[in-house]
Amino acid sequence: MSTTLATAGHGHAEHDDGSMTTVGFWIYLMSDCLIFATLFATFGVLAGATAGGPGGRELFGLPFVLTETMLLLLSSFTFGAGMLGAAAGRRRVLVGWLAITFLLGLGFIAMEVHEFVELIHDGAGPSRSAFLSAYFGLVGTHGLHVLSGLVWLGVMMHQVLRFGLDGIVRRRLACLSLFWHFLDLIWICVFTFVYLREFTP
Amino acid sequence: MFGKLDLSAIPFHEPIIMGTLVIVMLGGAALIAAITYYRKWTYLWREWLTSVDHKRIGVMYIILALVMLLRGFADALMMRAQQAIAANGSTGYLPPHHYDQIFTAHGVIMIFFVATPLILGLMNVVVPLQIGARDVAFPFVNSLSFWLSAVGAVLVMMSMFVGDFAATGWVAYPPLSELGYSPTVGVDYYIWSLQVSGLGTLLTGINLVVTILRMRAPGMTLMRMPVFTWTALITNILIIGVFPVLTATLALLSADRYLDMHFFTNELGGNAMMYINLIWVWGHPEVYILILPCFGAFSEIISTFSGKPLFGYKSMVYATSSIGVLSFFVWLHHFFTMGSGANVNAFFGIMTSIISIPTGVKLFNWLFTMFRGRIRYHSSVWWTIGFMVTFAIGGMTGVLLAVPGADFVLHNSLFLVAHFHNVIIGGVLFGCLAAIGFWFPKVFGFTLNEFWGKVSFWCWLVGFYLAFMPLYVLGLDGMTRRMNHYDDPAWQPWLVVALIGALVIACGIAALGIQLVVSIRNRNANLDMTGDPWDGRSLEWSTASPAPFYNFAHVPVITSLEPHWDAKKAGTAYVEPAAYEDIHMPRNTGAGFIIAAISLALCFALVWHIWPLAIVSLLGMIIAFIVRTYDRDVDYYVPAAEVAAIERARYARLPKTHPTAATRYDEAA
Amino acid sequence: MFASLFHRIYRPALRLAAVGGALLLQGCRLALFDPKGDIGNQERHLILLSTGLMLLVVIPVIALTLYFFWRYRATNTEATYAPEWSHSTAIEVVVWTIPCVIVAVLAVLIWRSTHALDPYKALASERPPLKVEVVALNWKWLFIYPDYGVATVNELVVPARTPIEFHLTADSLMNSFFIPRLGSQVYAMAGMETRLHLIADEVGTYAGRSSAYSGAGFSGMRFDTIAVSDADFADWIKRTRTSSPALTADGYHALTAPSEHEPARKFGNVETGLFEHVVDQFMPKAAGGEICGPSGTVARIPSALAPQRADTLPLTSPAKD
Repeated sequence: MSTTLATAGHGHAEHDDGSMTTVGFWIYLMSDCLIFATLFATFGVLAGATAGGPGGRELFGLPFVLTETMLLLLSSFTFGAGMLGAAAGRRRVLVGWLAITFLLGLGFIAMEVHEFVELIHDGAGPSRSAFLSAYFGLVGTHGLHVLSGLVWLGVMMHQVLRFGLDGIVRRRLACLSLFWHFLDLIWICVFTFVYLREFTP
Repeated sequence: MFGKLDLSAIPFHEPIIMGTLVIVMLGGAALIAAITYYRKWTYLWREWLTSVDHKRIGVMYIILALVMLLRGFADALMMRAQQAIAANGSTGYLPPHHYDQIFTAHGVIMIFFVATPLILGLMNVVVPLQIGARDVAFPFVNSLSFWLSAVGAVLVMMSMFVGDFAATGWVAYPPLSELGYSPTVGVDYYIWSLQVSGLGTLLTGINLVVTILRMRAPGMTLMRMPVFTWTALITNILIIGVFPVLTATLALLSADRYLDMHFFTNELGGNAMMYINLIWVWGHPEVYILILPCFGAFSEIISTFSGKPLFGYKSMVYATSSIGVLSFFVWLHHFFTMGSGANVNAFFGIMTSIISIPTGVKLFNWLFTMFRGRIRYHSSVWWTIGFMVTFAIGGMTGVLLAVPGADFVLHNSLFLVAHFHNVIIGGVLFGCLAAIGFWFPKVFGFTLNEFWGKVSFWCWLVGFYLAFMPLYVLGLDGMTRRMNHYDDPAWQPWLVVALIGALVIACGIAALGIQLVVSIRNRNANLDMTGDPWDGRSLEWSTASPAPFYNFAHVPVITSLEPHWDAKKAGTAYVEPAAYEDIHMPRNTGAGFIIAAISLALCFALVWHIWPLAIVSLLGMIIAFIVRTYDRDVDYYVPAAEVAAIERARYARLPKTHPTAATRYDEAA
Repeated sequence: MFASLFHRIYRPALRLAAVGGALLLQGCRLALFDPKGDIGNQERHLILLSTGLMLLVVIPVIALTLYFFWRYRATNTEATYAPEWSHSTAIEVVVWTIPCVIVAVLAVLIWRSTHALDPYKALASERPPLKVEVVALNWKWLFIYPDYGVATVNELVVPARTPIEFHLTADSLMNSFFIPRLGSQVYAMAGMETRLHLIADEVGTYAGRSSAYSGAGFSGMRFDTIAVSDADFADWIKRTRTSSPALTADGYHALTAPSEHEPARKFGNVETGLFEHVVDQFMPKAAGGEICGPSGTVARIPSALAPQRADTLPLTSPAKD
């Protein structure tokens, strides 16, 4: 919810050349970062609290997660390509790349949902242990962020087509781009501290 | 269909609650009738509910805070009455179930819905005026923030009549706040009211930081910012730094309660100590969030009414910033008794006492601001003096509590309760009341009645000492906080004195109300024609009172720390400009109000597990947002002619002789 | 006339003095100022010393505030007015130095006293400590004497002048174990064990209670601490052993049902390992020796670095090393 709220500042333009919104959005991202910091700290404390239930090594499939990671990394690249199109003022190119980004993000979410369903099906749902609560809490929060990013992407594709690449749309695209890369960064941390950690000797 | 909600949720069998409900309903009906009778609905909607004017939003925050103060104080009176009675085998008139909700609600309301909105309201009103801005960075977000805070307050009030409120203490420690031990909706009301208002606070924090960093008038470097703005900057940085932690912590608690997870449960590996750590990572900076702007207000007041610049401005800035940094390294002093090692306890004890260094410096600086001044005894000055004396005592008991060895016996006692009321009433509340008296004319165009202001001050001061000094004594006698009844008869006389103190404070609150009524009635006699009723020093006093909706006809160029004072000295303060220009302003919008209203439905649905309504209202909020992003008509230009008409009328009203710094200065020389 | 003036001033003054004296006297009897054990004594001393230290700066600040406020009132045209004066390096140095010095002294005091008064530190004594296991129940206290196989509810009998080593836990809700006249309190929390060392210097009865709110029955969660002579204690143990019912696992389970204002009770024969069972009740049954605490192994520090207990934030059960 907070993700979408933060975009609200875009509506206004009192002697704003767009930089104010960008600064505000940066600060919002910092605060979001603190939410993730809290969740990572929680995960760190609870990672060993499997309460006799399954641990990460038994549950996670590294190749699967690696594929997820690749999807998200690739989506950051396609978003960047889209922004190059935007800089050149080419709307159709931009929307095309955004659509690819959207599909990659959707693929990521689909894989994550699949993983969650499998875990719950195997009796390793969030209620099983504090470790699994922390896992679902952290990874799920990231997933919700990606989901809201997808909604935002959809809205922006429509706005690009409807309003063209005017100042407001460009500003919002810049914020969305920050947001999308930020989620990528968070995912790298998730990948390292949640998944990879389980497979280091 | 209605989740857990049915008619049994309304406590028909509780006469106190039902009586309050009747009063609230009658009051509400009278208010609605009056608005209808005077045909003010359109006015209310156009000028207030949809307003994005930072001054109006600030005023609404303060009104919200004052209304909630009445509720929070009623809780306080009930607690004091209960403890004054419930000795020697008597269990008083409040059963634990009700009493426990009251002290929880009292804490939650006073911190989140009185102190916080007072601070946010003051910053909203004052900061843009002090930095020469026409509004905040994101006016729509500002409106949304306020309405989200209001929704939080409405939820807390609703919990009294529909269902119940948390009976866990104001920080809701698990495992008590877990579903197994608090199965009713009380904790859910707690969670969602704090989540929604906390979101509003966080957005305001971002908004004001960007405003201060990006919208200062040309020439206003950081070291030319008024001290109040400095404290507002640090406070908002703290908000951004800790409110996300609160959001995350409460989200984890709700995951435990709603999704059967195990973050803080006893079972399956959960860890309640983690909640206690996290909540105080937010909780301790939160008290500095509340007190810092009050320090700023006291600084402005003491300097203005002493007729001198603030002593040691740079010291003040460094002290404020260092308090901001240090406040992140002290949270563990809230639980020295949880079994951490001596090194850890000693570290956090020492860090806490280090905070008293910059705070002490501030006290000295106010002292030396008065030194060789010409202090006018305005009620705001009385509040300031009352604060300096009271806060010195509260600071001392605070450092005492920071000594782990002393805390081992004082922890969770009434000594602790006395301490934090000492700093929150003596610091935050006195500060906000002083600031309201000080800046009131800037918003409304007339000054507040002095007599009733002073009556209120003396009632609050005397009432405070009567109510809380006995609690220090009781704490030293080993009396624990939050007790519904007790069996040591020696405690009762002290608690009776404390009740009398609370009644004296009630007189102080009544005097505030009378002050407001009298001032509004006699407003024509107390009009502020100059815009500068106190012979002020910073930028806000250079524009008219009430400040026009665009604040400044021309964005001023700043060349010094005290621009208005210097302009008065130079004789340039009241020179009418030759020409005016179009002013770019944000347009009012109902989006904030509507989105917040839907969020109320969402929170209510979540509290009562009414899933269809929850889904619909969540989608409603998202759609309302998206719709708002398609609205391109969000700003407009005020034509130069309109500005000119408003400004000319102001200059025509200016008294021929008004107090200027120059005349005072000559008189001194 | 003189007499009436005398009466008008003297009588109320006398009455005021009497009331003040009574308050002062009561002040001396306040639990924390009238401790009955070594830890409490040290803490009383610490409170007075730190307060005195801070008063060195607080009293002058208050006095100066009131004096300046009076001296520089607007109507006093005698006083100097320096409308431009707002900086003095000398004063700035002084106002930063004074609190720094006080806090530096305080920091030394905090460091030393915190280590001296560490609740986990065993008290120096020629006598071996008495071990008492404390379980916070809803809403009553269970005291187990593992070395004697007896237990009590809401009444703690201890020999005077013998150090007591408390091991604390809670069955479900968090409470704080506190006997004001003996000194420090420590939290009792479910699924973990905390420790506290206290001593009573004199024979007597001292009130104790939970000082962390734990729900509806919390106000009645008090107990008497009865410090007796060694002979009386031995006698009490013997009587309790022979004439009180046993406390079995089932009996314990019955005790855990919430109740308020529970009268004092005694148990003569306590199942061994009951306390450990209460502490470990949330541990997974299936697990082998690998899992050693409710919060697992991750946040723990190797025992070589922390011989007594992990010197980290209290996120792991401190006493489980």
